[in-house]
Amino acid sequence: MLNTHYTDVAIIGGGPAGLAAALAARRAGAEHVTVLERNHELGGILQQCIHNGFGLHRFKEELTGPEYAYRFIPQVEADPKIHVYLNTMVLSLSPEKEMTAVHPVHGLINLKAKSVILAMGCRERTRGALSIPGTRPAGVYTAGTAQRFVNMDGFMPGKRVVILGSGDIGLIMARRFTMEGAKVEAVVEIMPYPAGLARNIAQCLEDFDIPLYLNSTVTKIHGKDRVEGVTISQVDDNWCPIPGTERYIPCDTLLLSVGLIPENELSQEAEVPLDPRTGGPIVDESRETLVSGIFACGNVLHVHDLVDYVSEEAEIAGEAAARYALKQTADGVVNGKNGMGGQFTIKPGDGIRYVLPQRVTQGAEVDLYMRVTQPMDAITLSLSGVTLARKRQVRPSEMLKIKLKAQHWDSLLEDGKAQGRELCLAAEPRL
Amino acid sequence: MGEKTHYDVIVIGGGVVGTAVLRTLSRYQLKAALLEKHAEVGWGATKANSGIVHAGFHNKPGSWMAKLCVAGNQMYDQLCDELDVPFLRNGLMMVARTQEEEEILQQFYQQGLANGVPGMEILDGDAARRLEPNLAEEITLVLRASTGGIVAPFELAAAMAENAAANGADVYTEVEVAGISHGDDGFTITSKDGGTWKATYIVNSAGLFSDDLARMCGLDVPSLIPRKGEEYILDQRVGNLVRHTIFPVPTPKSKGILVIPTAEGNLMIGPTALEMPYKDELSTTAEGLDEILSFTQRLVPKISRRDIIASFAGIRSGSPTGDFIFETSHEGKAVHLLGIESPGLTAAPAIAEHAAEMLAEGGLSLIEKPDFNPRRPKVIRFKQLSDEEKEEVIKENPLYAHVVCRCETITEGEIVDAVRRGARTVDGVKFRTRAGMGRCQGGFCTPYVVKILARELGVSPLEITKRGKGSELLTAEAKSFLKGGETNA
Repeated sequence: MLNTHYTDVAIIGGGPAGLAAALAARRAGAEHVTVLERNHELGGILQQCIHNGFGLHRFKEELTGPEYAYRFIPQVEADPKIHVYLNTMVLSLSPEKEMTAVHPVHGLINLKAKSVILAMGCRERTRGALSIPGTRPAGVYTAGTAQRFVNMDGFMPGKRVVILGSGDIGLIMARRFTMEGAKVEAVVEIMPYPAGLARNIAQCLEDFDIPLYLNSTVTKIHGKDRVEGVTISQVDDNWCPIPGTERYIPCDTLLLSVGLIPENELSQEAEVPLDPRTGGPIVDESRETLVSGIFACGNVLHVHDLVDYVSEEAEIAGEAAARYALKQTADGVVNGKNGMGGQFTIKPGDGIRYVLPQRVTQGAEVDLYMRVTQPMDAITLSLSGVTLARKRQVRPSEMLKIKLKAQHWDSLLEDGKAQGRELCLAAEPRL
Repeated sequence: MGEKTHYDVIVIGGGVVGTAVLRTLSRYQLKAALLEKHAEVGWGATKANSGIVHAGFHNKPGSWMAKLCVAGNQMYDQLCDELDVPFLRNGLMMVARTQEEEEILQQFYQQGLANGVPGMEILDGDAARRLEPNLAEEITLVLRASTGGIVAPFELAAAMAENAAANGADVYTEVEVAGISHGDDGFTITSKDGGTWKATYIVNSAGLFSDDLARMCGLDVPSLIPRKGEEYILDQRVGNLVRHTIFPVPTPKSKGILVIPTAEGNLMIGPTALEMPYKDELSTTAEGLDEILSFTQRLVPKISRRDIIASFAGIRSGSPTGDFIFETSHEGKAVHLLGIESPGLTAAPAIAEHAAEMLAEGGLSLIEKPDFNPRRPKVIRFKQLSDEEKEEVIKENPLYAHVVCRCETITEGEIVDAVRRGARTVDGVKFRTRAGMGRCQGGFCTPYVVKILARELGVSPLEITKRGKGSELLTAEAKSFLKGGETNA
């Protein structure tokens, strides 16, 4: 039998979410915080994001990824009550908050926590998930893998590049490849609008004269051993390739930047229910999942476009997880409310792709985070008929944040609009 | 390049048939070698094989296919136990949806009885659905064969080559045969890059290219029919949709499009069967995927496009006679194994025995080696170990605590072991260990696998390939495009 270690708050993942959650948990009084990180260093994906633009909201500065991470890492390392395990992979997690991890020196570690914060991040969608027809040569990479090769390992995966998908990592890599002397032939996006942030379209494509083809996709990969070219085609309103629009682009590399998927295999093992719209757990305003004492934050919860919001969300989860741990007695019983408020469900309505948190406690003043389904010039955001805010120039790539205030609750409750305890958030276009 | 050794037997083509022949020969007191044109063995049709160990009711009584399939099937338990290759008798089901299909299904049952297939039964739809609840409601009759199994075909070929090498056989990769001549000193084989090999006997197990090789030996054989098959792999999340391999009632051309559990716990759907004018066209197509989905959803409606994580295509060496073709040339000193299409994987161990008998008829003396070791050192599969076993292997080698492939929980220790057993490429590591086969498809682990391969092989990461020369993963060191003053920007 393995020895079991105990901790108040166990945090799975030492990226931006895990780091901010650890510090917040300590500030909220947790006496023993454990961070389990599979990499050899803290910071997660930020370490390979050597471009700047991080931290504009939070620090009012333009930081690189590693710089942003180092706003947190020294504090985590300096705190003797935060125990960081590097090179440590969590192999299993139970709803009872017991986990097994593997470490090169300690071997297998059995850890039991009073509360757990899921902060495992996300992974990139692959070619297989898209089922792009053609051969399977070397030279097809997800944008993040290419980023790692170039920025961390010091190797160029190719010289003549086509990028499928206009997600932010792909845009950043278009610029990176160009600055390295490679030629980026095109960025191809199936939607009628780009998937990445507007500032990245300007700074990474327009500034370097890299063409962006909207309403288009890669319909075939060519090349036996190494990529030799791709066929791109325009698509119709149903995303089906339009015959006759095929165009061959010679290239030795195809990068994929076609979306990120929250990595919730461990969460599912712990029986944490997921929201099919976000791919992450269903949470309440404290970021507690439907499994009592298991919290989630960062890209494992939903894919963010700005790390600033990840830190913000992680602090909510960290603080709540600490409170949960402190309320727990030695025999595992939680005194009082177990944190899981969320008597009200918020569902996405017209114009909204998803909204988070999906559960809220009556009367709670909380920030709602949401994405719209398509770009719109001007919208009114309303919750079951109660107007929350008006916004201009909204697009799916940019997450919106709206405060749900006491006055909104008053209207919802007074007018009986919140019947059935199900609220519906909608975005209505306005002139 | 080339070899001074004069071999007793050279086997040309290291697919599952060639490696099985090599391993069989390594039991005897003789010097055998294998020539494989790819960077690793098992990379032709074998790599794309569905992995089904057939029961033997599909083939006409009296045919080589029927005989060697039933015989090969029975050899699998021992073979996979000796070589530590994952093998599971999951059983297979042929399903009928109409009266007409039911009648054909009954004929297959009779055929199976005639072929001596054990463990068959006929079930009505409801009884079958009690065993496989996700079978379509429309299915009315099922032929179930309990001896059907699944195996990892690439691992099997690699394991047979490894075990043969441990017993004294030589394995040469990246050797593509360009010519075969015969004189007083036996066969002289020349490779494309100018190497020569000499042998007294040869076995032609060149798969799809075995007709070309037979013609080099002066035989007048009909051309093989390249028949492409596309397959799609589903996420492990839906790996439990079915336990049995599910077949439709076949068409004259192929066994149809199937739902196949794999030895690794994923489901696979496919293959298509499209006759091709070329032998190396391995692309997947939108039409192929649509065809596979529409067929397999009729068998198991819960199959969804959403769950696809990877696709691949392979080419069968379709037999022009509808049966395996065994020929000899040079007075029995060259044995040709042609048209080894399905059930070739199942039959492979039996084909190898048959090939050895053919060589013996040609005069080769087969004397058992007293020190033949049929066992391959066990492969540590970290994920499958108990906690105590995990502790133990980590204590012995901390590389087993470094999880490189997070989707499949594959450790650095397993990757290093694979390289020591013969993996030379990223795909070689992937097919041996499953690193990169999971839902992220190598997104996270590829850079690490490249580094480990480079370190273990003592080469630059720039030399690491996906699957042999020409498929290098990396083009240059960062900044080198700028240094040369050569820029496209």
